[in-house]
Amino acid sequence: MSSSTHGRSGAVGEPLLRVRDLKVHFDTPDGVVKAVNGVSFDIYQGETLGVVGESGSGKSVTFLTVMGLIRSKDARLEGEVIFDGQDLLTLPDEELRHLRGKRIGMVFQDAMTSLHPFYTVGQQIVEGIRAHEKMPKKEAWDRAVDMLQTVGIPKPAERARQYPHEFSGGMRQRAMIAMALALNPDLLIADEPTTALDVTVQSQILELIDRLKQEFRTAVVLITHDLGVVAEYCDHINVMYAAKIAESGNTRDIYYGAHHPYTWGLLQSIPRLESEVQDLKPIKGQPPSLIFVPPGCSFHPRCPYVMDICRTKEPELQSPDGVHASACHLALSEKERIFREEVLQRA
Amino acid sequence: MTVSVRERERPAGSPGSTPLLRLEGVKKHFPITRGVIFQKKIGQVHAVDGIDLEVYPGETLGLVGETGCGKSTLARLIMKVYDATEGRLFFEGEEYTAYGRRKMRPLRREMQMIFQDPYASLNPRKTIGSIIADPFRIHHTVPKGDVKKNVQELMELVGLNPEHYNRYPHEFSGGQRQRVGVARALALRPKLIVCDEPVSALDVSIQAQIINLLEKLQREFGLTYIFIAHDLSVVKHVSNRVAVMYLGKIVEMATGPTLYRNPKHPYTGALLSAVPIADPDLASHKKRIVLEGDVPSPIDPPSGCRFHPRCPNAQFPRCREEEPVLRPHHPGQVAACHFPLEDRAVLDLEPTA
Repeated sequence: MSSSTHGRSGAVGEPLLRVRDLKVHFDTPDGVVKAVNGVSFDIYQGETLGVVGESGSGKSVTFLTVMGLIRSKDARLEGEVIFDGQDLLTLPDEELRHLRGKRIGMVFQDAMTSLHPFYTVGQQIVEGIRAHEKMPKKEAWDRAVDMLQTVGIPKPAERARQYPHEFSGGMRQRAMIAMALALNPDLLIADEPTTALDVTVQSQILELIDRLKQEFRTAVVLITHDLGVVAEYCDHINVMYAAKIAESGNTRDIYYGAHHPYTWGLLQSIPRLESEVQDLKPIKGQPPSLIFVPPGCSFHPRCPYVMDICRTKEPELQSPDGVHASACHLALSEKERIFREEVLQRA
Repeated sequence: MTVSVRERERPAGSPGSTPLLRLEGVKKHFPITRGVIFQKKIGQVHAVDGIDLEVYPGETLGLVGETGCGKSTLARLIMKVYDATEGRLFFEGEEYTAYGRRKMRPLRREMQMIFQDPYASLNPRKTIGSIIADPFRIHHTVPKGDVKKNVQELMELVGLNPEHYNRYPHEFSGGQRQRVGVARALALRPKLIVCDEPVSALDVSIQAQIINLLEKLQREFGLTYIFIAHDLSVVKHVSNRVAVMYLGKIVEMATGPTLYRNPKHPYTGALLSAVPIADPDLASHKKRIVLEGDVPSPIDPPSGCRFHPRCPNAQFPRCREEEPVLRPHHPGQVAACHFPLEDRAVLDLEPTA
């Protein structure tokens, strides 16, 4: 895999999106939910960033915040989200609206609930286009039909006049992608875009996103819980646990040399199609509540390598080489040994 | 063919012994009607369309296929939630196709089901203890005074804290709820458990916990599983044999390792090639068979081979006109295809260095 000056695969030039120490806290009657608690990362143009984590790890909230979709009075936002020189957290709603949809596109998990059932698919794409670009209806309609064709919907002119319920799950997701890409955004955020779909449709959609990424030079964020999807389509990976990044690195760093016990647990939890015999080693226990996060390292109650320091001192996300970073107190040599001897099971 | 390093050790019952469950030409067609008062039948959905299947004691039979292929309908037919339109069902040699509610009752002790959605399959107004105790109450297998003790034993067995007896489902996480579902299914010590997507709704780490639990219980109680899932890697991991369904029919069946090394049916090949592999190097060597379009409607399935409109290997007119039957290939493998795939057509995944 080719490396750039950053040592980061797929990364070229300045980051398109720079997130620094992002915190999203919600006040609830039960206490403060720390949904995102100090997350920093970059996204470069043309790269695909995979964000992996279990339900409640903060992966969706992070990117909803990036999109400016979390702005309620109960939400406290801190940190910086710099997109193309502007801090999205402090940008007025009006300006944010120009960015969202135009320069940052989003595809959600459930295409059925994201599409309006009363409008035809074509109308919905046209609405998105005309909200950002002054353009006669006819022209916008033609663009919508073009986009449907680009995302591989057969007979796009006919399909554009149909309603979402007339589309299958995979087709709806394609329509969503068409909508998100109609304005040629710089960044496409795909939040579990294929989770509700069959594997055959999933691979069609992921191939499509990958192809369009090359074609439109878009940066892509792929939020998923599926480590397989990340391995095949992403350049760089953030592993999130309990509202923080536990580990981040190039795809190969993670799969062939992960440094965090949580990542090891994930890698050992997935049944591998390619291995003949394999014992699954699940992570014991459950993810913590985001109201009462364990002190010290938030993973320590579930960690098989827990040490005394882990219970009291929170590890920082540190990177020996500037690219591959992990938040864990274990010594680097120890991490490498454990990964080699206990985690890697390609036989 | 080289025998795999250690084929999942087959439990006592393997082909040759008496099957625990046998299906003969089972079909389920749902009528489509039009009109409110005068309902007129205008067609039918061929949800399950002629399934022959044998399940042996102690084995896990995996059932995979895309949404709408009829795998859940098949599960419900086996459980007699639906009555079969055609065909016969046998449990331990006893035909139960036409059994009514009362006659089914003793059989239901022998067959239980675990459902996909741990949120929807538990009554939110009942405590966990009473949910797990329901089978005892219905079948009176345990004297009233012993119910609580039995339930708590079950809870312990599936890894729940017995002190949580009086809690409600909403107080539990998805993984714990699925454990409740497992405990309930286990209460009557059934011989067969039909698991309908038991781990699809769970996070990976929790998914592995439940899979390990199911495997442990199988070893302990000699259970037989029918394991339905759309995730091929999960199915391969738990199953001795895997049946692949497409549009209401089984198109291929084989042991896990054979199926993934040497799939014969192009549909199996396509499914396998679509599974994302959590290993970037291996993934880049994978040969992809990308299927065009969606599964056709089961209302009017394609003629000949049902897969022909999407099949990359279809040859006409044969595939359009002649329906292929299941024919043997490797030992224990059958596939219904006129032009089967070569060996190692999809995942030639010999470890590289």
